[in-house]
Amino acid sequence: MSNEIKSKRRNFLFTATYAIGAVGIGSAIWPLIDQMNPDSSVKALSTTEVDISSVEPGKTITVLWKGKPIFIKRRTNKEIEEASQVNLEDLKDPEKDSVRAKNPEWLVMVGVCTHLGCVPLSDKGEYGGWFCPCHGSHYDTSGRIRKGPAPKNLEIPKYEFVDGNTIKIG
Amino acid sequence: MSEEKYIPKSKLAQWFDSRLPILSLAHHLQAYPTPKNLNYWWTFGGILTFCLITQIVTGLVLAMHYVAHVDHAFESIEHIMRNVNYGWLIRYVHANGASMFFLAVYIHIFRSLYYGSYKSPREVIWIIGLLIYILMMATAFMGYVLPWGQMSFWGATVITNLFTAIPFVGESITTWLWGGYAVDNPTLNRFYSLHYLLPFLIFGLVILHIWALHVPGNNNPIGIDVKKNSNETMPFHPYMVMKDIFALLLFITVFLWFVFFAPNVLGHPDNYIEANPLVTPSHIVPEWYLLPFYAILRAIPSKLGGVIFMFAAIFILMLLPWLDTSKVRSAIFRPIYKKLFWVLVFTVILLGYLGAKPPEGIYLILSRLGTAYYFIHFLILLPILGRYEKTDPLPMSISDPVLDKPGVLDKVKKAASQYEGENFGSFK
Repeated sequence: MSNEIKSKRRNFLFTATYAIGAVGIGSAIWPLIDQMNPDSSVKALSTTEVDISSVEPGKTITVLWKGKPIFIKRRTNKEIEEASQVNLEDLKDPEKDSVRAKNPEWLVMVGVCTHLGCVPLSDKGEYGGWFCPCHGSHYDTSGRIRKGPAPKNLEIPKYEFVDGNTIKIG
Repeated sequence: MSEEKYIPKSKLAQWFDSRLPILSLAHHLQAYPTPKNLNYWWTFGGILTFCLITQIVTGLVLAMHYVAHVDHAFESIEHIMRNVNYGWLIRYVHANGASMFFLAVYIHIFRSLYYGSYKSPREVIWIIGLLIYILMMATAFMGYVLPWGQMSFWGATVITNLFTAIPFVGESITTWLWGGYAVDNPTLNRFYSLHYLLPFLIFGLVILHIWALHVPGNNNPIGIDVKKNSNETMPFHPYMVMKDIFALLLFITVFLWFVFFAPNVLGHPDNYIEANPLVTPSHIVPEWYLLPFYAILRAIPSKLGGVIFMFAAIFILMLLPWLDTSKVRSAIFRPIYKKLFWVLVFTVILLGYLGAKPPEGIYLILSRLGTAYYFIHFLILLPILGRYEKTDPLPMSISDPVLDKPGVLDKVKKAASQYEGENFGSFK
């Protein structure tokens, strides 16, 4: 074999060895990284059922789901009206109220400010909905961001009405 | 490492040193030439080493009693405070030690800014120092989470939520950091693990920081190069060691004043309320040493923008050796830079004050002005200043500013002549 062929062969073997080595090291590191993701016991807690029969109109209850507070608000007619009459062009994150609340009387949201994760206060703020005390975000009666640093509306979790008195979240 | 080669006296020591040159290293550290004009602002390196060791030792002991679980963490802290022998003392030293560590590191960093210690050939020392500073902030933040009080919990929530601002992958990164869908037990556990690890990484970086320092040697208040092993330098031991110890004792006095007379004044009372994921305290503030960055975060009216500016405020310092185009190191010879330095100090303190105030009205306006000035200082003023500033003439040696004063040289000569015969050679 000539020297040129030898050195090409050697370069190829070096590159192949580096590539296999990189794959090997990567696959050894992956379990060490992935162990930090939510474990099976955390994932197993991902549904919760809530009895809503005792909630009066205008009141909000807060339940814990996946470690986060969930607001369940029984809205008054006035609040529903206010929420549905908002012009979508005035919104930072445009969403119709009818999309956010399947049953307009019940508003179910993740009670975590979309800015930096504080829990907003109910029935506060300039739009009669929620107000986050940490950095001053105002949400309306549909939980939509109206003013302040938060970029998005309060998140709507996956939920369904099991019967007239029970909501299943998750 | 410019000294002559060191050869131990005894045969046994020679035998050992040729196999592991640890005696040579010890000799180097003792004989290391330091400029004779170093002032007390140069004692903070030693003070910081003391702070790191204090935190490691007290932390090691606290870890023998602390329980990293959401159901027990808060209780175990009270257990340390009430039941463990001297637990209250050890915990107060550790908690206030963090604040003292940052106090010292800020003085150390501003010393470097004033005397231009970050400039060539000391850029690598500066960058390693900033890496230490960043690790310190991460360590302190995670340590503050461990007592699992309200400020621990909500501080952790706000800071980890910063990562949700990253487009596309932000949510997954945050879930990965939490090990769940909110700050919870897995988060507390991993913060404990990392809080234990990071100080040892800091320790490693401190060794590199000192190693990198010992290549060019110390900068000095005059900021000109000194001739090593001349009458411009003194061996580190005993001269600088004694000066460092004296400064350290004064520093420990302040430290212990906090520990014994105001142990909670730098903390937040809400952290004596156990963490509650359903109730956010009405006013969340980070520890004082993070406040200027918190003010910058809140000054920008966009979530991603705020996060970018906050991190940029730290990382811009990495580029400082190249942003500051002036060849003159010390502010003593830079009349305009000297003023700008104090304006920067004022701006950073103002931002710290604003970080503790609610982000509204005049506070918000001032935060924005302060943030703007901070970046203007580094990105615009410093590069321009290096070109146009008329600097004062530099002395030929670090002795000149002392000896040049009328009559000083005569006094020194006279004093020296009185010690005729004694080893007082270098002035003659």
